[in-house]
Parts: sequence; C-alpha cells; structure tokens
Amino acid sequence: MTTPTPSAPANKLGFTKQDYVGSKSTLCAGCGHDAITAQIINAAYESNIEGYRVAKFSGIGCSSKTPAYFINQGWGFNSVHGRMPSMATGASLANRQLINIGVSGDGDSMSIGTGQFVHAVRRNVAMIYIIEDNGVYGLTKGQFSATADKGSSLKSGAVNELPPIDPCTLAIELGCGFVARCFSGNPKQLGAILKAAFAYQGTVVLDIISPCVTFNNHDASTRSYKHVKDHDFPLHDLGFIQYSEVEDVDIAAGETELVTFPDGSKVAIKAIHEDYDPRDRYGAMKAIHESMEKGEFLTGLLYINPTQPPLPDLLNLVDEPLASLDETLLKPSPAVLEDIMKALM
Amino acid sequence: MTASPAAALPAQGAKTRINDFSIQVATVNGSGSQTANTVLLRAIFQMGVFVSGKNLFPSNIAGLPTWFTIRASAKGYVARKASNEMLILMNPETAKDDIAKADTGALVIYDEPLQLDKLRSDLACIPVPFQKLVTASCPEPKLHKLVKNMIYVGVASRVLGVDMAEVKKAIAKQLKGKDKAIELNQNAAMAGYDWAMENLPDQDQVRVVRDNKTQGLIIVDGNEACALGALFAGCTVVGWYPITPASTLVETFIEYAQEYRIDPKTGKSTVAIVQMEDELASAGVVLAAGWAGARSMTSTSGPGVSLMSEFIGLGYYVEAPGVFYNVARTGPSTGLPTRTQQSDIELCAKCSHGDTQHINLYPGNMEECFQFSYDAFDLAERFQTPIFVVTDLDLGMQNWSSKPFDYPAKPYDRGKVLNQQQLAEAEDWGRYKDVDGDGIPYRSLPGTPGGKGAYFTRGSGHNAYAQYSEKPEDYLAVVDRLKRKYETAKTYVPKPLFRNLGSDKGLLAFGSSNPAAIEAQDLLAEGGLKTDYLRLRALPFTAEVDTFVQEKQVVYLVEQNRDGQMANLFRETYPEFATKFKSVLHYDGHAIDAKFIVDQITAFEQK
Repeated sequence: MTTPTPSAPANKLGFTKQDYVGSKSTLCAGCGHDAITAQIINAAYESNIEGYRVAKFSGIGCSSKTPAYFINQGWGFNSVHGRMPSMATGASLANRQLINIGVSGDGDSMSIGTGQFVHAVRRNVAMIYIIEDNGVYGLTKGQFSATADKGSSLKSGAVNELPPIDPCTLAIELGCGFVARCFSGNPKQLGAILKAAFAYQGTVVLDIISPCVTFNNHDASTRSYKHVKDHDFPLHDLGFIQYSEVEDVDIAAGETELVTFPDGSKVAIKAIHEDYDPRDRYGAMKAIHESMEKGEFLTGLLYINPTQPPLPDLLNLVDEPLASLDETLLKPSPAVLEDIMKALM
Repeated sequence: MTASPAAALPAQGAKTRINDFSIQVATVNGSGSQTANTVLLRAIFQMGVFVSGKNLFPSNIAGLPTWFTIRASAKGYVARKASNEMLILMNPETAKDDIAKADTGALVIYDEPLQLDKLRSDLACIPVPFQKLVTASCPEPKLHKLVKNMIYVGVASRVLGVDMAEVKKAIAKQLKGKDKAIELNQNAAMAGYDWAMENLPDQDQVRVVRDNKTQGLIIVDGNEACALGALFAGCTVVGWYPITPASTLVETFIEYAQEYRIDPKTGKSTVAIVQMEDELASAGVVLAAGWAGARSMTSTSGPGVSLMSEFIGLGYYVEAPGVFYNVARTGPSTGLPTRTQQSDIELCAKCSHGDTQHINLYPGNMEECFQFSYDAFDLAERFQTPIFVVTDLDLGMQNWSSKPFDYPAKPYDRGKVLNQQQLAEAEDWGRYKDVDGDGIPYRSLPGTPGGKGAYFTRGSGHNAYAQYSEKPEDYLAVVDRLKRKYETAKTYVPKPLFRNLGSDKGLLAFGSSNPAAIEAQDLLAEGGLKTDYLRLRALPFTAEVDTFVQEKQVVYLVEQNRDGQMANLFRETYPEFATKFKSVLHYDGHAIDAKFIVDQITAFEQK
C-alpha cells in the first residue's frame, strides 16, 4: 500500500487508486484496450477489491498483454493462446477465494479458444471474462478475426465474407447469467458494469468493442472508433450499488428497475433506448439479433440472472481454499488403507 | 456329444503342470465374459496360487472378439506367457483361427456345435453342450447370454481341480450386493461343474493344487493403484478427459474420493474433479491449480499427451507443478487404443517444443503405481514442474497380484513456498532466483495477503524477477537454471533396482517389461547366460545408472516400442557408450513375454 497523499483519496480499505495500477502499457497509443484497463483499475478501486485476492489470466494477443497493466498487487498468468479459460478454471478451483479476471481478445476467444470459452461459461466458472473485441488480429499485424462483421474490410482492402461469431448471444445461449456489451469509448457505462461484475458470483461475459487504432480504424471498417461511436446504442443508464451502500442510497421510483445480487448488491437499470428487460433471456436474444441485422451495437447489460450457482458450489467444495487444506484433512488414515487393501484381497 | 472326452484327454503319466499354466478364453466383447474370467482368476488366486490376468479386448463396446488370459505360476512369474495349456473357445467367429494357433496338446473347452475336434487331432478336445446347460440352469432366457460364460468357469474348475467353494466365493465378491445375480451365476457355474463331473474323466495334464502363495495378497490393476496413490497424496484438483486406457484411473479416484474426501464437519468435498472438454483444457486446469497451490493431476494416454504438449512446455518454463499420468497405448495417431506399448518414452521425456526435460516416473508393479503416485505430488511441488507418471495399458488395466500397499507415512513435501510472513521478511525476493544453488526458486501463491509476493507468470521470456525480457542473458539464466534443477532431481527420483547374477552383461528394462525381463533373466541363466539386471524407475538417470552403463560390456535394453526410444535416451545421455546398447524391441500391441526376450538376446549372443 502506498502512503496516501492529501490529494489522493483512499477507498474503504485505505487503498488509493495508485494501488490498483500495473506496469506501463506497451500497446499502441490510443488503443481501446488501455481505456478498458483504466476502467478496471477504477472499478477495482471503487469496489474496494483486495488486490492480493485478484488472479489475472490471459491467453495470447494484444488484449492478453493487458493484465500486466492493472492491479499489480494481484497475481497474473499470461498463458497460451486460447486457453485462458481453463487456467482460470483450475485456479478458481484451487482457491475459491480468488477474484478471477480473464482478459482475452476476439482472436483468442472466438477462434482458437472458442471451445474453452464455451465450456467455461457452461460451467459458470467464477470469473470476469473480458473480450477486448476489435475484429482483427493486432499482434500479427491485421488479419481478420472471427468477430469481424460481414462486409467489413481490412486496410489492404480485403473484405470479410464470413458471418461473425457473437460472444454475447453465444454466452446467453450457454446459460451465462451476466452478459454485457460495452464500448471502450463509453467509460461511464463500462465502469458501472465492471463494478457489478465484481459483485457477481459466476461467469461474467463482457464483450467490449475496442477499436484497433493501428489495423482496424479506417473508414471501411465496421470496428473503427467513428463507426462504433455512430452505431452504439446504449440500452440504459446503469448504476451499481454495493451491498454495503444499499441502505444509504435513495433509488428513484418509476423508470428504474433493480436487479438484486445474492450478496445484497443491486444493479439499477434505467432504460433509455427502448423497452428492454435484461432479465428476459429470449427478449434479449431477439433484440441483439435484430440490432446486429441493422448494423448497430446494442450496449449495456444485455442479460442478467444472478441466481445460478458458481462451479465451486456445483462441486460442493469446502469453503476454505483447497490449496491450503492441511495434510491431516487430505490424507486418509492407515486404517482406511487397511480397509481398502482388505477389500482387494 | 460329438467326441468322447475320455478318448480325447491325454493318457496318464505325462508330466503334470501343477500351478504353472496359461488359460486363454476367447469370447465376444460385451457378453459378460469379463465377470466370468475374473471369477476364474480369483478362484485360483483364493486357492493360494499366484495368478495374473490379461484382457486382450477390442476397441468396441459389444460384438467384436476378445481374449482373456489367466496365467498361474508357482514361481511367481506374472508376465504374459506366449503358449497356452488350456483354451476356452466361446466365440464362433474366432474359434477356427484360435484352434489353428493352439499349442500341441492343449486342453480345448468349446461349444459343442462348433465341432472343433474335426480340425486338429493333436489337441485334447472338450466339447460342452452350453445351450442345453444354460437352458436348464437359468429360467430367464434374456439372461442366457450372460450366464453362459459362468458355465465354462464351472467346467474349467472341474477340469483343473479348482474348488467350487472358491468359485462361489469369488462370484459373491465380484457381484457384491446383487443377490439375485450371485445366485444365478453360482447356479450356472455349478451346472457346468456338475456336467463336467458326470461327463469328463480326471486329467493330470494341468492341475491347480492348493498352495499358500497368495495369502495376504491383493488383486488390483495399476489404474486403481495410481488412483489410491493420488488419494493418499492429497490430490485436490483433477481436470480430465476420458480416453482408453486411462479413464478408469480417474473414475476409480472419483469412487474413492466420494468416500474418503468428504470433510466430516461440513459434508463438503475436499477435492474438485472436473471432466473437461478436452485434454488441452485438462492440462490448463492442472497447471493453474498447481500454480495456485493445489495438488493437481490428470490421467491420459498418448494422444492426450500430444494435445497437452503446449501446456506441458508452459508448465516447464513458468515452473508450475502438476502430475500427468500417461497410461500408454499402442501406436501413433489413434493406433490400437486397447493394446499396450511403451512408445511414449521420448514424448514424455521431452514433451513440448523448445528445449524441455521432464521428470518421469516408471512404476514397474502395483506397489510402485501406488508409491510413485504418492511421490509424484511431492516431486511436482518440490521441483515446481509437470511430472509424468508413465504406465501403460498392461500395468493400468490388467489384474495383478500384489502385496498390500504400505502406508505412505512420509509427510507431504510442499516445496519452496513462501508464506505471508516469509514474504514480508524476504529481501529482494525474485520468483525465478536460484537462492539455494539447486536450480529451484521460491514461489508465492496467489491470494497470499500482505501485499508482497505478487508476480506475473508468463510463458514469454522472463528474468529472475518474472519481468518480461528478451535479453539473451536473461533467457540463458532461466533455461540454464532449469537444467540445473533437472540435475538436482537426480537425487530425488527413485533409484534403479538391481537383480544381479554376477555378470558383465547388463539387462535393462522398465515399467511393464519388468515381469518378462525377470523371467527371461532366470531362463537365460538356466541356459548358461548370466546377466545383471537393472530396472530403471525414473528420469533423469541417477548415479547408479551411470555406473551400470560404465561397467557393463553390453546392455540389453528391453522395451515395448519399435524405435528403441529408451535406448535413444541412453545413447544421447552416454554418447561414449552408445555402442553398448542392444535393443530388444517388442511392439505388436501384446504385452511382452519372456521367451521373446530370451530368443532376441540369444540371437545377439550368437552373432
């Protein structure tokens, strides 16, 4: 912990925002990913996250470098391409008290890692799964990814003829209980969703449209800053109220809908774009599909159902971390071995 | 009956093989024959006779041919024996082929309508009216197919002199808890026995005589022994994906965990077991769990290891612990999934791209499957690296007699892990610094409070402080330290075992080749060729192995693969002695037998 200076306010744990930063980013200047990193730092600070409980996972790609750029007090694991979900699964089982943040990209998650994405979501692994989605492979210098929109073109002029895979509808289909889409250029919305994500128990899927300023920011791209900004349709104004603050907050009646988490935290949703209920799974699917056909990006909390048990509960695991269980609890007695041997005689 | 058994059975006076024979049973997969064969094996075992069983089964659920071999050996040999003294032929599709391959003089029990006695005159044919017997003994026609096999157990018991009380006991044990099935099967076995008593004369070609060789012994397969080792080693996270012949290791672990891994206070589980979507994900779970401080494992076979290779390299380079069982099967690609081989030796020794070296353990019997499993979790945490426990289908899925396992009293070695206080006191801690000069750095676990010890693990280039680096000197420092760490492992892994007859000729084998190698060593000695036998039990090679290689004039290296993979590792490690190694290679998918080794070595000696 750094010593707070008079000008640096501290959160309830006594940490300043500086305590949540990481190493200096080596991404291109203006990269949308850095804006996301800033919001993660902000949300962790505001959510009073204990940095030492944070485990950060990533695969390979520009996005996968970013866990080094936030929450230095947490442990990071930059693993192999497309396999971040299984790493998060293993660590989350070894120590269920960890707060797991997985950062992946559209290349990492929707091509080589589609299988692991799908199955981590199915299992409701306790993690915030962020896809920093720019529709392009940046680190290998600008090839199409599987989320590239049909008809979008590369700098070279090559046009994508294949339909995109949409991580959000896929996640809803798989039973994910917290699915959101954001735009890295809309920090207010992203911040509120990240804070809600920190309070959620199972898998959170956040597809964050994050334009690649180097390889996918030209006029013929559907993932350029300008294009996304012009086609971003925020569904609602979101507010997140931590359980500890619930009593103090006066929530306006009327248009604001509240979704309550098991720990008592609440997400306040005020529809601004259309009549959209994020608790309606089929309605969400329909609205997302319709917007995609129109070439729009619906952003906000697309689907929420905070009642599903996370994987450690499904496996009926003990409350303390498996990693710290003592030999006396783990190793059966000599009498047990004797019984087993007798049964084999 | 089409032939008089009295006429077919051999004349009195021929030398009787007492408690020393092989029986091969040919049946159809999925017909319940596995139960019958296990009962026969157990009944002989309960008579105090040393037995081993080998199931040669197809990659198929039902309908294809399968063979089960039971070997009894008064001397305690448990390897496959190439010749069979008794055949039980229940599969019409293979019967003609089976009988063509039969050894002269063999007793042949078969279904009467097959009329096999017409094919060869040098066999002792015992046609049995199975259909008639099964109809009379079992009231439910739909169960006929299943209990039919138990009838041959009764017939064979009468022919061999196996006590029916032991057969009944074995049925009760095998079908524990299913009273109706027990009764049905016991009746069927008795029907076969009674028929044989009435219709067959005594034979003295092959006999089971009560002995005391198996008192206090267990029958177990290697996958179960490994599962028990992992259970006692305190494994807390398992990520796995089904694959023959490795699945039963985790499946048995699950059964034991459900009984012995429940916290008595809360009723909750102290182990997380997840069937993953593939082997890649399984490897990810194992390494991340190990990284986070759990004792983790997976069980797979060659194709799975191929898929896990990238992750294994990550585990080696970032230094994350995990136990990887390779219950090997036959061949590249899909190969022969239900046959055995030792053909993943080089794969597991150097799994992954780039320069990698892995600690490998080679259990050679059931006790070692148990003990090495226990040790593997210690080694994984001590060396912060993936550990391979390499067995194969022969060890993993076949029935073996064994001494009961000793309780592993040694406390767990959790390795060099710094806790909150140690991290607070540590000066200039670096995740990859070699503080002790043994190549093993100190690690911290995610979730450790106190604000110290957090680091960024990366499969990309890193320095002693786990920072990203592409500097040549940083890269060299890490990989050269990893090599030092591997050197250190030489004093931790199981040393080889010796069986020396006093010779400058060496015999070297490992894993499932051990039983045949021991028997071959005895046979060679009987024939006048003495050898000193070294049984290798681990990689890296220890000092005892160095000495053996230096001292022997020739080393006959027995292994079950085509390319002499272990011999390749030896030639690479001891290039100055490369010409000493003569490979005895058995790789047709069947377990190796002693005669094969004797023939090969004899041929080398005659050159």
